[in-house]
Amino acid sequence: MSLEKFKNRNVGTQNYKKLDLTHPPKSAWCKFKQVVSRTFKPELCIGLWVTLREMINALFRKKMHTTQYPFEKLPISPRYRAIHEMLRLLESGHYRCIGCGLCEKICISNCIAMETRYDENQRKEVSEYTINFGRCIFCGYCAEVCPELAIVHGGRYETASEQRASFSLFEDMLTPIDKLKLQQEYQGFGAVSPNADDNIKKTPLAY
Amino acid sequence: MDATMLPEVTAVGVIIKAILILAVISAIAGFGTYIERKILAFMQRRLGPQHVGPYGLLQLIADGIKLFTKEDIIPQNANRIIFAVAPVITAATAFIALGAVPVFPDFTIPFVDVYVPSIASDVNVGILFVLGMMAAGLYGPLLAGMAQSNKWGLLGSARTAIQFLSYEVVTGLSLLAPIMIVGSLSFVDFNSYQSNGTWLVLYQPIAFILFLIAGYAETNRTPFDLLEHEAEIVSGYVTEYSGMRWGMFFIGEYANMITIGIIASIVFLGGYNDWWIFPGWIMIIAKIAFLFFLMLWVRAAWPHVRPDQLMWLCWKVLMPLAVINVVITGIVMMAI
Ligand code: SF4
Ligand code: SF4
Repeated sequence: MSLEKFKNRNVGTQNYKKLDLTHPPKSAWCKFKQVVSRTFKPELCIGLWVTLREMINALFRKKMHTTQYPFEKLPISPRYRAIHEMLRLLESGHYRCIGCGLCEKICISNCIAMETRYDENQRKEVSEYTINFGRCIFCGYCAEVCPELAIVHGGRYETASEQRASFSLFEDMLTPIDKLKLQQEYQGFGAVSPNADDNIKKTPLAY
Repeated sequence: MDATMLPEVTAVGVIIKAILILAVISAIAGFGTYIERKILAFMQRRLGPQHVGPYGLLQLIADGIKLFTKEDIIPQNANRIIFAVAPVITAATAFIALGAVPVFPDFTIPFVDVYVPSIASDVNVGILFVLGMMAAGLYGPLLAGMAQSNKWGLLGSARTAIQFLSYEVVTGLSLLAPIMIVGSLSFVDFNSYQSNGTWLVLYQPIAFILFLIAGYAETNRTPFDLLEHEAEIVSGYVTEYSGMRWGMFFIGEYANMITIGIIASIVFLGGYNDWWIFPGWIMIIAKIAFLFFLMLWVRAAWPHVRPDQLMWLCWKVLMPLAVINVVITGIVMMAI
């Protein structure tokens, strides 16, 4: 499709469909007829009925719209990007982060700060990991880039707090070890696609 | 009526009734705001006031505290005296009007055997008096809007004048036909005329509808809430008012709604006569409650009209209808 169609800003010449509006009455007699028909048409009563029906729906058929927010919450999309979570390996319970530093590197607002060191097994160990949520714009790049699916976005969107620091330490974001069974994989940026298995090809080692 | 019963009208009795009217109607007017918010909410599938007290019932008290303790501001260039008097006019006339409408059947206080007619004063021109009082009540908005040196207030009072010019003729003419049938201006006579169970609305359906329409304009309710329409003129005549002065306008408006409800039920809907197994006082409460509900219902359902549309409606549609109605009523009465 060419872009020409969208570049045309001339509103009048586009394919707008006009509603079949009736013409304004011309003669006095037509005006009178319009007044009479509008007077005796039950349109006003239909309006009354609609509101009454909605009242009955709300009161007796459990169709009240209101969500009493702090007490009830609407479900949010699994792709929602709220406060981050650090996930653990399901088998061992160890945190997934391998300290590669990609998230720190890619973060466009420079809000991830981390320090790593080698532990006694010469494995990378995360000694410091904080996210400055005063700067984070919840872009999701960190979750997308993480090779281990370690840093993901969670569902905690109520981020008003006395101190921003209350969310941002590694231990705060890490899945508590006793909640390991409840840990959910993240569906959003960087997640494995549902048909990932089909897309795996054998590495061509035969060359 | 028994001859042994004491004659009724004593000064003490009238004062007690006046105080009762003041207390009960202000309470009901306050309660009316709660009901209005609840019903409007339900009609839009919301919950309405919910958290103050059970089902939000104590919201009234919260509102009252707010109104009473708010700072009373008089704008710099306002005419102080008129600014202060205007809300009193609205509230006072609303209550004075209620003095001449009967609500309950006459009754005898048990044990003391005092016969009490349940009307503060049965003026023989009751209808005229009440309508006149309610019309005088519109001086409140008119003066308030002009005194506050605010353009929105001024627009509000201009609209008050328009409203005043429009509905007043319809109210009078629509009530004229029932008055001709009954042959009296006293509410008590209207009530006894319908004591055989035939409501006047059966003879005068058009007059009833016309009166309701004019009544909505008179009480400044949607679809005719031109005086303080928020979407157009900020708050109209109450733009500069706050605290208790604003509250008085509010109470006056709700008291007027109740008055219109009472007049409509007494003149057209059989008043406080017993009906089937229901005693009269239940019937009249039910009727007033229904008419009050109707006002809220209409507010939820219908958009409001422009000032010129209101004038057009009143002078070109409703007034001719009312006149025709009066003429036909007269011809039928002469023929019978
Ligand atoms: S969501 Fe974006 S801004 Fe926030 S920490 Fe991740 S990369 Fe940085
Ligand atoms: S990208 Fe993932 S694995 Fe690498 S440091 Fe960040 S959280 Fe850890």
